[in-house]
Amino acid sequence: MSINELQAVRKPPISQIGVVLWLRSNLFSSWTNGALTILSLYMLYISVPPLLDWILISANFNFGTVNIFGFNIQFSEEMATNANCGQEGACWPFVYEKFDMFIYGFYPREEIWRPNLVFVFTALLFVIVKLVRNYKYKNKILLSLVVIYPTVSYFLIAGGLGILNVVETYKWGGLMLTLIIAGVGIIVSFPLGILLALGRQSKLTAIRTSSVFYIEFIRAVPLITILFMASNVLPLFFESGVNIDKLVRALIAITLFQAAYMAEVVRGGLQAIPRGQYEAADAIGLSYFQKNILIILPQALKISIPNIVGSSISLFKDTTLVLIIGLMDFLSMVTATTGDKFWLGRHLEGYIFVAMVMWIMLYTMSRYSKKLELRFNTENSN
Amino acid sequence: MKIKDNKSNIIEISELNKWYGDFHALKNINLNVKEGEIIVVCGPSGSGKSTLIRCVNFLEKFQEGQILVDGTELTDDAQKIRKIRSEVSMVFQHFNLFPHLTIIDNLTLAPIWVHNETKQEAREKALSLLDRVGIKDQAEKYPNQLSGGQQQRVAIARSLCTSPKIMLFDEPTSALDPEMISEVLDVMIELANEGITMICVTHEMGFAKKVAQRIIFMDEGQIVEENDPENFFNNAQSDRLKLFLSQILTH
Repeated sequence: MSINELQAVRKPPISQIGVVLWLRSNLFSSWTNGALTILSLYMLYISVPPLLDWILISANFNFGTVNIFGFNIQFSEEMATNANCGQEGACWPFVYEKFDMFIYGFYPREEIWRPNLVFVFTALLFVIVKLVRNYKYKNKILLSLVVIYPTVSYFLIAGGLGILNVVETYKWGGLMLTLIIAGVGIIVSFPLGILLALGRQSKLTAIRTSSVFYIEFIRAVPLITILFMASNVLPLFFESGVNIDKLVRALIAITLFQAAYMAEVVRGGLQAIPRGQYEAADAIGLSYFQKNILIILPQALKISIPNIVGSSISLFKDTTLVLIIGLMDFLSMVTATTGDKFWLGRHLEGYIFVAMVMWIMLYTMSRYSKKLELRFNTENSN
Repeated sequence: MKIKDNKSNIIEISELNKWYGDFHALKNINLNVKEGEIIVVCGPSGSGKSTLIRCVNFLEKFQEGQILVDGTELTDDAQKIRKIRSEVSMVFQHFNLFPHLTIIDNLTLAPIWVHNETKQEAREKALSLLDRVGIKDQAEKYPNQLSGGQQQRVAIARSLCTSPKIMLFDEPTSALDPEMISEVLDVMIELANEGITMICVTHEMGFAKKVAQRIIFMDEGQIVEENDPENFFNNAQSDRLKLFLSQILTH
């Protein structure tokens, strides 16, 4: 028999930590890994410098005098034109001059303060949601925001009631329109998707079958087809004279499309919930709706956050398809702005600008989802 | 052996048959449980003992027979099922606490949503129950921050929150590390002494000897033998029970 004393806790040996070890184990752990590392470095070498050169170093930043928050900053004597902008780098004065077009489309210039106010409200919304997180009446506040924010935003952008000038939807465009379509599509499809996912798991055959049929039908059809249907075929079903706004038709199509995808994402989360959770909820006497709202969905949605955000990001990008039914979204502004005879041939600048803005927004969304995941992770926190 | 006076029977199971597909899981079960009675159900795995107690709060549907709980017959009627479930609590093998809610929220959920108690009432009761099972100081933590034994004690406190008349225990110690079994059994013994009706599916024969008024031995979906603890262990009649006892008591 032997008795061992408790051992003291030690740090790992120095050779197990440090930069060289990291390099060796992550980048050059084997012959193939080393070759791939070198190949990747070479690809970066041939792609990044020319791109940086075009975007920044050789690019033209002659914006003339720019007024930023009351400060006049002089970039150059006067603004560059298409002719003297140069061809070896990007011509950013083009984007600068067409900035309003990119953001608001053909929205009347003198009314631009209205969408701007909505942008401010949207930013405030995030701040408020963050601030009231631990407040006693947070549910009431959030619920009232769900009603107030869309109503106020719609009123500001569309106008009416004799207070604000009406701006018809065909004048809406640019990033503003993209955000409206994506926002409405993502937010409205979310509850619809949850209902469809629950419907698909229902014990009632009629509900289950129709949910499955709807989801499988929509997912088997491309978004373009659905947009075309909504834009061209749907009006045939109504009496002539009934004219549903083109934007509304697109919104309905996109929402119905996204709902089917959201349903499948949520279903994935629902299936990951152990049966014991359903049984425990049943055993303490919760009703079907209480069980789902209080126990099952909070857990299922939490698991689904990465996929919900992934699906939302892909919808965000898909909204650019609305240009085929004649809505002037952010991407289609590239064509619209380069059609200007003073700025012919500046497509590349336009597309790169749109790509950069899209990337910033979508990457932010994806980072935000990471944060949400961490915040809601009570399963493994210690 | 049928108990004669139906007056104080809180659970009456008669001619109960259940199938999973073609598999005959429960065969002609007759069982009456008196108010305040402590019953232990044991038997080899797959003998239908869990299925039986899960029929009592309708977590499992059955195809034939009748179950009366406190005078209410179990049928598909959702209202009746909810009424019965508010009187019958269940403790599970794997605790089944709600991982997204704190301990205190786990406890107050049913009182608030099913029994319409105020948050304040529910909270006070929950805290006193947590105190009783010895984990009041963990109230604001999440289930996964607790040990298995603590989680099961929370689960017991949760099932007591609705002041049930009947407690069903479905192998409450089977998923626990050995050193945590006794802390859970202690809580159960305390409950047994307070006169709540209990049906426990368990392999803890020490517990059975100590508190059970009746022990039921099941095998292949049937009640093979039932007796008081004294005769159950010392005077087994059937060969199957003798074999079972020899298997679990030799160690």
